[in-house]
Amino acid sequence: MTWIDHAAQTLAGDRESGPVVHHAYAVREVHFRYGASRSQGEPWVLRDVTLEVAQGEILGIVGPNGSGKTSLLKLLAKLVVPQEGEIALFGRPLRSLSHELVAQSVAVVPQDSPQMFPFTVAETVLMGRFPHRRQAGWSLGFGWEDREDCQAASQAMATMDIVHLAGRAVTDLSGGERQRTMIARALAQAPRVLLLDEPTAFLDLQHQLAICSTLRRLCDERGLTVVIVSHDLNLASQYCDRVAMVRAGQVRTIGAPAEVMSVEVLQEVYGCEVLIDAHPQSGLPRITLPRQGMPFRG
Amino acid sequence: MMPAAGHPIPPAHALTASTLSTGPLPSGPPTVAGDPPVQDVILTPARWWRVMTLLSLVAGSLALVCLQLGTQYIGVGRILGLFASLLFGRPVDEQMVDTAGVILFQVRLPRVALGFLVGSCLASVGVALQALLRNPLADPYVLGVSSGAALGVAVAVLFGIGTTVLALSILPVCGFMGGLVALAVIYRMAATRERLPIHSVLLAGVILNAIFSALIMFITSIMEPNRSFGMMAWLMGSLTAPAYPVLAALSGYLLVGLLLLFKQVRVLNILALGEEPARSLGIDTERVKRFIFLVSALMTGAVVSFSGMIGFIGMIVPHAVRLVLGADHRLLLPASALVGGMFLMAADTVARTLFVPSEVPVGVITALAGGPFFVYLLVWRKDRLA
Repeated sequence: MTWIDHAAQTLAGDRESGPVVHHAYAVREVHFRYGASRSQGEPWVLRDVTLEVAQGEILGIVGPNGSGKTSLLKLLAKLVVPQEGEIALFGRPLRSLSHELVAQSVAVVPQDSPQMFPFTVAETVLMGRFPHRRQAGWSLGFGWEDREDCQAASQAMATMDIVHLAGRAVTDLSGGERQRTMIARALAQAPRVLLLDEPTAFLDLQHQLAICSTLRRLCDERGLTVVIVSHDLNLASQYCDRVAMVRAGQVRTIGAPAEVMSVEVLQEVYGCEVLIDAHPQSGLPRITLPRQGMPFRG
Repeated sequence: MMPAAGHPIPPAHALTASTLSTGPLPSGPPTVAGDPPVQDVILTPARWWRVMTLLSLVAGSLALVCLQLGTQYIGVGRILGLFASLLFGRPVDEQMVDTAGVILFQVRLPRVALGFLVGSCLASVGVALQALLRNPLADPYVLGVSSGAALGVAVAVLFGIGTTVLALSILPVCGFMGGLVALAVIYRMAATRERLPIHSVLLAGVILNAIFSALIMFITSIMEPNRSFGMMAWLMGSLTAPAYPVLAALSGYLLVGLLLLFKQVRVLNILALGEEPARSLGIDTERVKRFIFLVSALMTGAVVSFSGMIGFIGMIVPHAVRLVLGADHRLLLPASALVGGMFLMAADTVARTLFVPSEVPVGVITALAGGPFFVYLLVWRKDRLA
């Protein structure tokens, strides 16, 4: 029995015999590099990556610049295809699923998306409905939004606190407002898996907190699976169920924040010393950068 | 698309639209009571019909005005009377048939119709290329597609195809192939770079234009002088009244192209969002891009083989329409087609009437209107384009 059959069986077994842990994603021995079609391929971006993403969990992917975090996210979204290894989405090989089918289950929020054309925020959020909207042949492919689409969009906008921006052009938004618009677009897609690349990079504290707790709630209440690429170790520690440390294209370690985030691991992954103590509220690891020139005590 | 019966991924029971309701965030500011509902800030079918009806009426009136003007003035009443007599077969005044009727039906009407068609197509191709390259300055003329098509036609004419009976069917094909060369270069550039910077696309257009112009000049220089003169006149962009069968063939060809573009409006919306977001929303971007590039090259090739190089319509018109009507391509594309048609109709009327009895090439008029606009966009609106 291959691992894919196994994953499919656990999915089937769920209906018959109570809760079986099954995976939103199963990544097996994946190797990936860009420009493989050229005679001289680029060096491997990801090597021998194996990991699983459980349904309903928040997985954080952290690591230094250029370690392959974003590429890993793109692999999960089927934006790029691995040269070796397999990825399964809910037990089905990602390779065999059409882009349309993937889009009905997986939503992606890219790192930063500067916009050229003055679509309104509402129009942009409604684009998330594209994979779900029926398209009649006689309507010239116009596919007008129906009530369900508008409802999903306004709820997503309310969740991301951008209702007051609905009529503004996306070209006139600040970075944080644009980021929230893109997350709302992903939520309007009604996904089962949400992939976010640096979702909090442009956000102020209030909205960082709001988005993280919203994601947490969607995971807990609706079984949404979330994969976040982030540079913010503290955010990953506080809000992720598990954290994967990526270094030079390989998953160094993966596990609960309290297990994974140790001085030794962080020093090995990032190549610099950090201070770790407990968060005053949650007791989860809190990472602080040491001050230059001060005596360092791990 | 609805999930089929054999949907391999379990449908999203977990998170449907109705379960997404989470209410306002506890930390967010309270929603203002006057916030517009989604319906008011998106394109609705009602608004689409309103705008398109209004634009069609304006286009009709403008066509009537353009039909009046020319070396000989024909009044509105006379024009309507002539149309009525044509439609209902009423016996017409001998005098009318001799002068006004001949001018109207043999010269002015086909010319105005050709102007409208050519303008519509150039504006639509401009809209499509802008969305595809995410570049508000894209235009078949600026990108070198028009000059590529012109080169294709010039080569055909050089080898004597232009004078044979096959000219009507072969010249657009030659134009198409020339335009395709230019678009293939642009496509290769876009494929190798993650996001194509606006200025590098323009630079590629400049280079392509320079190469194609040099080749066209070479061809005209080795032609017989009387043929090369005709070639130069055609290159500057001119609308000469075609015979009705030719006009019908061309409009059939272009209408098919327009229809194929219209079928892609939603995809254009998503593509304008960005290449990767489009793919993550389930669009096979490479296939769609190749298809739209192909249709654009076909339409540009046909237009150029008839009317030469008429520039900047594909850039000015979509830009202006987008400012007024918003960016949704479901309205932007058809509205730009109508406005582009009107623009060229009006520009051609100016070209016909400005220095009566001689005629200014219409390409000169559009370039004089469009060039400064292009510079304005490039210099003063730099913040938006960078």
